[in-house]
This record gives sequence, structure tokens and C-alpha cells, in this order.
Amino acid sequence: MPFSSGSMDLRTAMNGQAISTDLVIIGAGPVGLFAVFEAGLLGLRCHLVDNLDKIGGQCAELYPDKPIYDIPAVPRCTGQELIDRLLEQIRPFEPTFHLREQAERLERLDNGRWRVTTSAGTVFEAPAVAIAAGAGSFVPRRLPLPEAEQFEGRSLFYAVRRSEAFYGHRIVVAGGGDSALDWVLALQPHAASIALVHRRDEFRAAPSSVERMRRLAAEGALRLIIGQIVGLEGRDGELEAVRIKTQDGKEERVACDRLLAFYGLKMELGPIAHWGLDLDKGQIKVDTEAFETNLPGVFAIGDICTYPGKLKLILSGFHEAALMCQKAFRYCRPNERLIFRYTTSSTDLQKKLGVI
Amino acid sequence: MPTIRVFDREGKLHVLDAPVGWSVMEVIREAGLPIEAACGGCCACATCHVYVDPEWLDKLEPPHADETLMLDEAFQVQDNSRLSCQIKVTPELDGLTVTLAPEF
Repeated sequence: MPFSSGSMDLRTAMNGQAISTDLVIIGAGPVGLFAVFEAGLLGLRCHLVDNLDKIGGQCAELYPDKPIYDIPAVPRCTGQELIDRLLEQIRPFEPTFHLREQAERLERLDNGRWRVTTSAGTVFEAPAVAIAAGAGSFVPRRLPLPEAEQFEGRSLFYAVRRSEAFYGHRIVVAGGGDSALDWVLALQPHAASIALVHRRDEFRAAPSSVERMRRLAAEGALRLIIGQIVGLEGRDGELEAVRIKTQDGKEERVACDRLLAFYGLKMELGPIAHWGLDLDKGQIKVDTEAFETNLPGVFAIGDICTYPGKLKLILSGFHEAALMCQKAFRYCRPNERLIFRYTTSSTDLQKKLGVI
Repeated sequence: MPTIRVFDREGKLHVLDAPVGWSVMEVIREAGLPIEAACGGCCACATCHVYVDPEWLDKLEPPHADETLMLDEAFQVQDNSRLSCQIKVTPELDGLTVTLAPEF
């Protein structure tokens, strides 16, 4: 990872001081990344916030290995390759990434600047904010049972913050991917009992993890149950059992006091919905000159924005990023003149790119 | 043009024109029925989950390995569960009947 992790900025934030920058970009998908490039050519510094634990948005999370054929002049690349190339392209501009953080609040300051606060407590102050949040932030898919809510955060979890909190408990883990298998294996030595529930006897997790899990199951050190969770039992937020419908159609009650459910991630708009932006069916309305929202200095680009004729294509997002930066420059450098130049011929731009 | 029959989550039947070559997800989405189809049809999520009427199950191409893997992320999966983005409309599927799986 050639980029700074943001830990120094986080320390600053924890001291109560906001990170001052030119452009805060919400979303580190392809469009957010290309905005760093266009901003960088204009001399603007960027910080990016993303709720995922990796850079790349949907390209990296949903379809890293799937081919993309409609990027201009790139006849074919995978989702991950596109992200890797964008990272290479923006490297000269040294953006700072704040991953696993969700942009929670947006406030206008008296001096006209914007303050963005994340779920981790990081605070930014900037003259311009670009929302490049795609279809929203990725959040764990919740267990879709009406009784689930009362247990969430107390005995039902969708992620592990501190593994010690699970030690000594009777644990049920649901899912067939790497998260489920990794946590079953990590918690098994410390659990009072542990069971893995998956809807079929095949797993998409790494084969070595599956093999270890099967060995433990054969030894009786963990229970493998093929079936689906259909109900939860307990009271006051404390689970007592999960009900599982097994393959033969029977229902089984498995006593447990901790449930870890890994059903993948889903995308939702999240806190952005409450920022006072003009929305249309979950998308942010913008003008097509600068992709600015109804809030001056707050822009929306990529899949999250909407305007007459909008197409949700990565290439449209790239175009939107370029135009957005022209206007963002005016908020960031009100007293400077912006001269339009080409990377092919401008020594100034080539210096910024570090090629001369 | 073939039509497909879609029961929504309230049990209401919608009979939809289904252009040959479209995916069943696209037919449902274009009709404005509530189907999330978050990934846009590249078999990278499980939010276009439908239950296929048992009578029609054998008439469909069997699911690809990718689709079966993605169904692991769906909920309330049944033997007749499919991802509707992976079912292509053909003239033979005229009358295909599906039910939208619960949203989550």
C-alpha cells in the first residue's frame, strides 16, 4: 500500500482537531478515485472516506474478477484491474484514505466551509465535498427475521470487533464464505461450543479453511449443520437458541447464546439521506454543468447522482468528476485563476504528475 | 412476445411482456416492480432472488456454479430459488411464473 494509512490524521482528529483539506471525497470507488486525479491536476488535495475495508467500491467488492469492456481505450479489464490502474494513475497526488469509516454528518460552518464527521470520529473541514458513493455504503446484510432486532448488538452480531467477547460462549456461526469460516476456526478453541450453519454442504471459502473446518467437525470439535435459520429464541436481548430448518425439512433447535451471521454485504444510502440534499428515488439531484447539488460546494458524481439523461456508467462518472473539479477549484481557490491545460503539453501538469 | 407471470410480495399477479433475450430480472425491473438487483445483473449479489413455479423449474437451464454460490448470500432459499438475472427469456418460456422472494 503506497498510501499513508491515515493514522496520523486520525490522531489529529482525536485531539479534537479537524483535518483541513481541499476536497473530501465520500466513496473510494472508481469515480472517487478518478476525482483525485482531476483534482490533483488542479493542485487540490483530497481525503477519501469509505465504509469498506478496501479501496475500489463495487469494482473491488462485487465483481473484482469480472470483466469490464466499456472503459474507453481499455478493451478489457477486470474490476480489480481497473482499480489498480486508477491507483497507479493517482499515486502522484498522494490522497489519504480513511477506510472502514462511514461519512455520518455534513454541516455547513459559518465560514462557508463544510465539516464532515465519520463514524470513527474523524472530522474534516473543506471548502468542497464530492459524494461519489455509488449505490450507498456497503453494510452487513441483517438477518431478515422480525425478532432479530432485539438481539442485534447484544447476542447477535454481523461482525466481530473483539474476539474475546465471544470466548466461553455457545456460538452459532451462519454463512459459507471466508468470514464465516475464518471466525469459526478462530473462535472454536475458545468457545464453550460452536456450530456452523450453512444452507448447503458446499462452501465458497478458501479450500484450506473448509478442510480444517471439516476435520474439526469429524473430530466432534464443532458441529456442522446444513440448513437455514428460521427463528431466534431468547429474551431481553439474550439469545437462548436458534431454530434451523435442515435439508430434510425438519426444524431443529440449537441452544446458543451468541450468533454471528455472515450473509454478505448490501448497499444502502445511509446517513446521506439526512443531509438535506435534493433526492430523487435515492439518488442525488445535480446540475450538469458542475454536478453540484442543492448545497453549494457539495457535489455528487457517479452512480449516486441523477440528472436528465443520466447513465450509470463508470465512464460517465469520470466525465462528471472532471467537470466537478473545475467548480470545486473555485470554492477552494477563490482568488486564483484557473487555466485550462492539457497533460500532453503543460509542463506544469507534467510536474504535478511527476513525469518531468 | 412472450409474457411472464410475476407474483409480488403481497401475492398480486403481474403479467409482463418479456422481450426475448432480456433477463427475467430486467423484465421485472423495467415493469417497476420492487426488485433490488443491486449489481445490475452480473451475478454478483443475490438481490434479484425469485422462486420459480415448480412446473417451470425443469424447463429452465440449470443454474451456473456462480449463481449457486451467490444464492448462499440470499435468505429463505428453497429448491426452486433462482437469481432472475440469470434466466434469459426465450419463446419457450412464454407463461413462466415466478414469485419475488422476501426482501432483506
